[in-house]
Amino acid sequence: MNSAVFLNTIRFVLLVLTQVLIFNNLHFLGYINPMVYVIFFYWYPIKGNRALFMVISFLLGFCIDVFSDTLALHSLASLTVAYARPVLMRFCFGVNYEFQNFSFKNTTKVQRITFLGLLIFIHQMVFFSLEILSISHFLLILKKVFTTGIVTLVLCTLFSSLFSPQSE
Amino acid sequence: MQRIINFILRNRNAFLYSFLALISLVITVRSHSYHQSKFFNSSKWLTGNVYGTASDISSYFNLREENNRLVNENERLRRMLFNAENAVIEPLDSSLVDYEVLSARLVKNSFTSPRNYVTIDKGKNQGVAQDMGVITTKGILGIVENVSNNFATVQSVLNTKSNINAKIKHSNYFGSLVWDAKDFTVVQLVDIPRLVPLVVGDTIVTGGMSSIFPENVPIGVIKKYDLNASKSFYNIDVELFNDMVNIKNVYLIENKNREEIKALESTTNE
Repeated sequence: MNSAVFLNTIRFVLLVLTQVLIFNNLHFLGYINPMVYVIFFYWYPIKGNRALFMVISFLLGFCIDVFSDTLALHSLASLTVAYARPVLMRFCFGVNYEFQNFSFKNTTKVQRITFLGLLIFIHQMVFFSLEILSISHFLLILKKVFTTGIVTLVLCTLFSSLFSPQSE
Repeated sequence: MQRIINFILRNRNAFLYSFLALISLVITVRSHSYHQSKFFNSSKWLTGNVYGTASDISSYFNLREENNRLVNENERLRRMLFNAENAVIEPLDSSLVDYEVLSARLVKNSFTSPRNYVTIDKGKNQGVAQDMGVITTKGILGIVENVSNNFATVQSVLNTKSNINAKIKHSNYFGSLVWDAKDFTVVQLVDIPRLVPLVVGDTIVTGGMSSIFPENVPIGVIKKYDLNASKSFYNIDVELFNDMVNIKNVYLIENKNREEIKALESTTNE
């Protein structure tokens, strides 16, 4: 238990720093800043307390907001992802997810990437709609969601295979 | 009562979600209409120092380029100094100087979001105050918004809330400089009347109406223009002189007469 808390704290700090110091300065093709910290929601233990998970996600988003002066955009996006995660898991992994001995190891790669992709999609959708906050810029929102989302997905897949979690 | 409590307990996650979502929505909507948050921004001690350390490391990588830019500016300023028509040495009495200039270094840049703020490494202890103008060697950058002891955040011209008085060089037609969040090399100049003759390539400079920037600080050149919906004013696309992606050294301008102008204006409006 303690090692899980420790691991997640380290993850939290490292992801905030990676996001604000490296990925917020990437500006790939001029405007794409992938949000790799979304992988936190993928890595977080499945069995954990849901309310605690939501509070932690909110704090994660808030830390990144304070650093990048986009107050409460990342917080709301992260919070929404955390709230929607159980639904997404049921959608991606079926009833298997309800069992006690469920772990990522006995799921297929396609299922995991779908899950990650949906997490990222919801996050980007909330983030960019709120950031731009105008329906007349709908195409701009879609463009940003898809381009940034795809780059984020690629990077997160790489991250998840590089540092595969043993805690689950 | 028991049932209500049970209901709340059963749906506690939904309630928690709505509560936290409400908080963040309120903050977001506030940040759209009001100034940036006073308490949480990147000029604070922790965030400022993290960015400061990172920028200390990364600034070594483009020292040569930055030095060249500063040498070029020195060269230009020296040429101006030596060629001044009436080369009288101005008395260096601080009460006679209208504008005070401070230098600072950028520790965090941002240009992709619709509301961009950059952070600089000078704060209250070095004499930075809110509403000071920020320029680079090439043109304007923005206006100081929040100040902490050793850092300050600057609302960039690339911010949908930014509104800076600007005019066409060598004329007195002035308008407002705004940004439509589409392209970080282009800002928009609005409220220029239809009768003004415009040419693509004309230079746009700051106007003297703002009491933040001195007159004639370069901004950019006209890229294209057309009439707005009411057909009486121009919407002008201005291509910035500044390369907003690559900025390191900036100058802060303090208008010594700003307090006096503000005080006068507020008594007149009463």
